[in-house]
Amino acid sequence: MTDVTDTAAFGPGGERHTSGSLLTESARTRKRNAAEKRFKAYGIGAIAIAILSLVFLLTSIIGDGASAFRQTYASIPVTLSADVVDPDGNRDPEEMSGVYSMSYGSLLTDSLRNWIEQEGIQIEGLTDADLSGFFSNEAQASLRNQVLDNPELVGQTVEMTALTSSRVDGMFKGRVSEESASRDAKTSVAQFQLAEAMRENGTLVTRFNSSFITKPDASDNRAEAAGIGVAILGSLYMMLIVLVLALPIGVAASIYLEEFAPKNRFTDIIEVNISNLAAVPSIVFGILGLAAFINFAGLPRSTPIVGGLVLTLMTLPTIIISTRAALKSVPPSIRDAALGVGASRMQTVLHHVLPLAMPGILTGTIIGLAQALGETAPLLLIGMVAFVSTYPGAPPAGFFDPASALPVQVYNWTQRADPAFFERASGAIIVLLVFLLCMNLLAIYLRRKFERRW
Amino acid sequence: MKSVKLAVSAAALIAASASVAAAQEQVQVAGSSTVLPYATIVAEAFAENTEFQAPVVEGGGSSAGLKQFCEGVGGNTIDVANASRQIKSSEVETCAANGVANIIEVQFGYDGIVFASDINGPDFVLTPADVFGALAAEVVVDGEVTANPATNWSDVNPDLPEQAIMAFIPGTKHGTREVFEEKVLLAGCEETGAMEAFAEANGGDEDAAEAACMSVRTDGASVDIDGDYTETLARIASNPNGVGVFGLSFYENNTDKLKVATINGVTPTVDSVASGEYPVSRPLFFYVKKDHIGVVPGLKEYAEFFVSDAMAGPGGPLAEYGLVPDPQLADVQATVADEATIQ
Repeated sequence: MTDVTDTAAFGPGGERHTSGSLLTESARTRKRNAAEKRFKAYGIGAIAIAILSLVFLLTSIIGDGASAFRQTYASIPVTLSADVVDPDGNRDPEEMSGVYSMSYGSLLTDSLRNWIEQEGIQIEGLTDADLSGFFSNEAQASLRNQVLDNPELVGQTVEMTALTSSRVDGMFKGRVSEESASRDAKTSVAQFQLAEAMRENGTLVTRFNSSFITKPDASDNRAEAAGIGVAILGSLYMMLIVLVLALPIGVAASIYLEEFAPKNRFTDIIEVNISNLAAVPSIVFGILGLAAFINFAGLPRSTPIVGGLVLTLMTLPTIIISTRAALKSVPPSIRDAALGVGASRMQTVLHHVLPLAMPGILTGTIIGLAQALGETAPLLLIGMVAFVSTYPGAPPAGFFDPASALPVQVYNWTQRADPAFFERASGAIIVLLVFLLCMNLLAIYLRRKFERRW
Repeated sequence: MKSVKLAVSAAALIAASASVAAAQEQVQVAGSSTVLPYATIVAEAFAENTEFQAPVVEGGGSSAGLKQFCEGVGGNTIDVANASRQIKSSEVETCAANGVANIIEVQFGYDGIVFASDINGPDFVLTPADVFGALAAEVVVDGEVTANPATNWSDVNPDLPEQAIMAFIPGTKHGTREVFEEKVLLAGCEETGAMEAFAEANGGDEDAAEAACMSVRTDGASVDIDGDYTETLARIASNPNGVGVFGLSFYENNTDKLKVATINGVTPTVDSVASGEYPVSRPLFFYVKKDHIGVVPGLKEYAEFFVSDAMAGPGGPLAEYGLVPDPQLADVQATVADEATIQ
């Protein structure tokens, strides 16, 4: 290593280079450069595949689900004939509530028939079934509620904006075409033409569907009325329970393990077990929840409390692992300084280490919560895949009321017969993805804002 | 650490409220996924038209529902079990052993089971014998029991389309499979006379012959679908040669994608199933715990509402969805009103 020029002229193999210029590439250099280019290309390829699949996923979900946020309504004058609404004519609310919502269907059918005559719309082959199947069954129910709330309306004609059936709605979302309508037992070409005519007339409008987000699930007969209100509440309640239980337990466990626990075989076993628990399939927690919380502790099925407890168990390892990493990343000099000025170990941890570790802990918690929010498998076993059409009450009592959850609602809807549910399932996925995105953004924001580097 | 204190106190609050978990406020239902849509339609209308809360309805299958039903009385046990088959005597015994002695059986209607194929494919005019010949594991050729050699539908019956046999039938965990085996395969087996040949081959053992009749070929021409009808529909969409087994109500909701096969020349409709003309149908049930009536608010009212003419009768919302109404609905209503239990 005495003669610099000499060693530079020899390659690692000891071979003498004839062309020593840096400007002309030797075969070896070219090979190395090519290998590097290939390596980069693999990386770009991997990212391209990931982006392509993400784009494919998002376009297919948004393509299928965006229409769930729009819904078709028709406003026509409805005559609340007393013969149907109050057959005994006493205007007694008690008696009138004995008339089931199914009977109100004829009011809508008759009113629609009259309206068509008045407007002079001529459609060939329009049957009674086309007319009665035009409006959603939900419209009957809301008409009934309107009458019971306000018995003076009996006998009058009111302008009503009614939800149309899922087939009519599908005509304006590309789900039902004139051709498919001709083969479809639940609609017909005449109904299709009537809907077109009403659309031109301005009676039929497709507008933003806020009830998709607020209303509870609906039965198979009223796909057009189904919403994710109960599922959002159920998911929210479960996340609250997870947050309130998993965060303190997880942080306390991590602080003890990281700052106080002696390093011995026992804590090693605990450590291995925590890492193992993080990898346990979530369905196992569902079985555990069924056995421990429902069968043994006697908590009610299909309730956010049980779901929340199961998800807490599932999220704990994630929170403990990320909290321990956050505590570890606080430099020992801070602990030493605090101890050096006479702080107790508890003071050191609570006043100095924990605040500095907070951003990491919160990020881990939010990621854990996001994971729990999208979890379906354990909830299947504890009865969350139920048809729940009433909102749970306000917490804490509402934690014990039956509720659904977002991912479970998606699962539920993909199994229903009416194609309109498929659109709604995709719509619910969009909502779920938006929630997950917000949570992850919050995690990134917290980390950026509060993270300190040494 | 204010937030930690807050969290701890909130946790304590939850723990405290756990002890005052109120008594069950609504009817809990679980069971057959075939009955599930009907039960949800009733639950929704029930909540809408009465003062009671909407029942919580879960699926899970007939057997799972009845198992849960028989776990005991009171507390968190379900009040109603839906089933697409009748309760077995072994299940009644389990129920009784767990204290569920008084069970009200309610048969509220019928469900048709149909064969359907892609809307753009050829028409299928089937008989149980054709289906047996196409899908059975073993058939009789020239008096000999052999493994099923048919590859095309036209091999089975020259009148059928020349299309490869590809069937999507419900998996063994489904109640529909049982009906398919009994009402189609077994019927076809008896019709073709294969039953006797099987019995002969098994030394006169009738049970073995029946089992042979109902065993489905496993060479790939018949695929068991363990999911629900949406999966069968997706399989047919990706494989236009396929013929799938569906519930009548599912088919009626998807007539724009599916073409239904006739059985013995009868097209399945609500009317042809109700009259018994269409051969492949089964009764649908739900079971009510009598001991819960009067304890769980709205339980008896729910059962009565379910079988009322307004719901389960002809032209009602259940028939609209595809239920074949029970011609003896009045008797069923009386059973529910009298709370008559099965013995």
